[in-house]
Amino acid sequence: MNNTPPAPDNELPDTHYLNATYGSGIRSWLLTTDHKRIALLYLASVTVFFFIGGVLATMIRIHLLTPTGALVTPETYNKLFTMHGVAMIFFFLIPSIPAVLGNFLIPLMIGAKDLAFPKVNLLSWYIYILGGSFVLYSFGTGGLDTGWTFYTPLSSVYSNSAVTPAVIGIFINGFSSILTGLNFIVTIHTMRAPGMTWFRLPLFAWAHYATSLVMILGTPVIAITLLLVGLERIFHLGFFNPALGGDPILFQHLFWFYSHPAVYIMILPAMGVVSEIIPTFARKPIFGYAFIAGSSIAIAVIGFLVWAHHMFVTGESTYAALTFSFLSYLVAIPSAIKVFNWTSTLYKGSISWDPPMIYALGFIGLFVIGGLTGLFLACLGLDIHIHDTYFVVAHFHYIMVGGAVMGYVGGLHFWWPKITGRLYPESLSRAAAVVLFIGFNLTFFPQFILGYLGMPRRYHTYPPEFQVLNVLSTAGASILALGYLLPMAYLTWSMRYGKVAGQNPWPATGLEWKTDSPPPTENFHVTPEVTWEPYDFENRPDLGLAAGARPLAPAHGDD
Amino acid sequence: MHRTGDLYGHFQTLEQQKETAALGMWIFLVTEVLFFGGLFLTYTINRHTFSTAFGIGSNTLDIKLGAGNTVVLIMSSLTMAMAVWSAQVGKKKLVSIFLIATLALGTVFLGVKAIEYKQKFDHHLVPGLSFDMKYHPTHPMPGDDLTELALEKEEVDKAFAQDPDINAHGQLYFSLYFGMTGLHALHMIIGAGLLIWLIRGSFRGRFTPQYNTPVEIVGLYWHFVDIVWIYLFPLLYLIDRHR
Amino acid sequence: MSKHIVSPLVYIVIFVSLMLGTAITIWAAFQNFGKFNIVIALAIATIKATLVVLYFMHARYSPKRTQLVIVCSVFWLAIMLALTLADYDTRPREGRLASANTCYHV
Repeated sequence: MNNTPPAPDNELPDTHYLNATYGSGIRSWLLTTDHKRIALLYLASVTVFFFIGGVLATMIRIHLLTPTGALVTPETYNKLFTMHGVAMIFFFLIPSIPAVLGNFLIPLMIGAKDLAFPKVNLLSWYIYILGGSFVLYSFGTGGLDTGWTFYTPLSSVYSNSAVTPAVIGIFINGFSSILTGLNFIVTIHTMRAPGMTWFRLPLFAWAHYATSLVMILGTPVIAITLLLVGLERIFHLGFFNPALGGDPILFQHLFWFYSHPAVYIMILPAMGVVSEIIPTFARKPIFGYAFIAGSSIAIAVIGFLVWAHHMFVTGESTYAALTFSFLSYLVAIPSAIKVFNWTSTLYKGSISWDPPMIYALGFIGLFVIGGLTGLFLACLGLDIHIHDTYFVVAHFHYIMVGGAVMGYVGGLHFWWPKITGRLYPESLSRAAAVVLFIGFNLTFFPQFILGYLGMPRRYHTYPPEFQVLNVLSTAGASILALGYLLPMAYLTWSMRYGKVAGQNPWPATGLEWKTDSPPPTENFHVTPEVTWEPYDFENRPDLGLAAGARPLAPAHGDD
Repeated sequence: MHRTGDLYGHFQTLEQQKETAALGMWIFLVTEVLFFGGLFLTYTINRHTFSTAFGIGSNTLDIKLGAGNTVVLIMSSLTMAMAVWSAQVGKKKLVSIFLIATLALGTVFLGVKAIEYKQKFDHHLVPGLSFDMKYHPTHPMPGDDLTELALEKEEVDKAFAQDPDINAHGQLYFSLYFGMTGLHALHMIIGAGLLIWLIRGSFRGRFTPQYNTPVEIVGLYWHFVDIVWIYLFPLLYLIDRHR
Repeated sequence: MSKHIVSPLVYIVIFVSLMLGTAITIWAAFQNFGKFNIVIALAIATIKATLVVLYFMHARYSPKRTQLVIVCSVFWLAIMLALTLADYDTRPREGRLASANTCYHV
């Protein structure tokens, strides 16, 4: 075992995973099996797709500045929102936190040297790139106009856009997700350090375990479904084509069986991030650790029982609709438990307004709005009016952007010092977080109003009386864009010029903070042995929380 | 990660490594269950709606070849299990023999499948390629049982009378037939590749009572592929055989 | 995975059972049990699959975690099939789609 002492707090360690002895040339990156390098490969790749999705969103919002839409033709507009959805959901949101933060942190958090299957991890990234290439090829050779939901028979028969390469790309990408989930589940089961029992795991790990369950159980179904769509398109089969006896509703069942749990793939990791940030910046153990862990699993399980709430008005039976509506209300309960627990953690905490905390607090507020509006949609009678309107668009953007993306960006801010060894400018990053929050609300809140006033989604025009709200939304989008560009700029800047962070700048209680920043390739110089409970600020003298500094709050009602 | 002997660098013990590999393969098989499951769901819904067309389609399949293949595949599962046992008790030569037997049986299976596919092609029962359920009964081929063929013609004509779209509905059956058996065959081909890799390792004496994890986990995969066929055989070959 | 080494005799017994099961399935297919034909076929297939999982795949001798994984995969498949069929089986009888008077007037 290498007994290198930890680097002093004002210097980067001599060797770490970025400049490791096995090389720093491009070959050593593209052939790496180090989970930390793979995480950065993913960081670069998902950012590219985020950019593409963002450009498409910008075009949509500019087009919708006027009721008759002057920017693009109706056919192109269909392509814009489709490609925006495909790029963002499959190639940004789903991989983002798990493949970037999960890959980087899970072995560190459990005291392991790497994930269970490092080569499979690299394969996951290769598969992601391959799938992404097919989709980019589709975008570049005519685009896609079926909606990201690929409803048949438009996608399987009638669309003249580049559907086949796109479904092939998403099919391939599914395996990237599956292999990541498989790696996480096995790792958390078999690679924990001595003393790291299940109930000492950080909640980020629980969140990723739950997410991985969803990835494993759901993704294969969309894989086979899109494969069938591709085959139908190429060989003129008839599974989903009514003219040949096929059934479009069957497609929707198969599609949503994955795509609903997919939204939990997107939100559970963000909830895990929030569960790490809140106790750190309230300087208190999290309230109800076991309930948050259990809720993550509950969300993953119940999330598989609600898919047909996307099909209330497309032709499912009334009894099925009633069942799925009821189950959809049920799935809100564990999420609500989490929100309650996060808020209770803040009570009598010692709150500090570091940038990750601003993102986490913003998450809680925006997720509550998004989640509650989901309940509106789960109500059968109400859904008849607001289905396929901007109400739905606003609802899912509150969860996906106000929730998942804020969780991702907040997580990047929280662990950036660990990943790069550097800090970023504090005031600028706080300002950027606020800009993002304001821009987000200005973009999407008007869309709730537009929705219940009746503006349909996926339409390239709208009645003139909706213009003011649309203009507000587009204005918000420009501010939101700034809120994303600022961190991209200063985080990149910080990699070279940021202040050296040291091992544990916040300080936080996780195992990942007990090694160098950036960590050595083998993660820990000595295999750690865990003897403390998670988020236990009181009993961690090693955190250097000196007496007379911010007082520690007493633990409140946790397990 | 580098390897010392059989132990990869990121593991603490060989036992941990073995446990990890096995759990990994089991979870991969879970994904395969759901992957094939989507096809089984599609099959279920379509068979319920088009039971007549499915019955006729099923009766065009050669039950002798299907049953034979089932026996062959189950035998290959036996030889695979015996290969694992041989490694566990240290009989290295037997490991190679049983692995080769498994590969041979798997190849037989694929060969028979190829024959069946060719038959379907000749009978114009491949979806998208001048598919026509009426073709074979009116165009007898050498080796056909003419009484059987006449019965088939009668059935097809009756079905056409009741359901003018029977060709489209029958095409759904055959799409599922080729889709499900094709996906299964693809998995068998991958399995064959894995077996070849194992056979090479067994020739080098890699598999011992202390280290036989690769044999065990490829075995798990192979048995799973067998289980898929155990369901495919009755669902595709044995619909409405009592008519 | 399992310290317990399964004896070849067990494998042979299971193999014979599987052959028997195959024979019975084929025989049953040629009898007219009405709508129970499919039930019998699936039941026999499930018994055969269970034998393969328990003995050939050593599930009987595997840790509880592995057994939980197996049960979960079957359970999830069951969810997908059951809830989808719950939609199809509660549709109005005359067609696969909703009947004409179940349209939504906004």
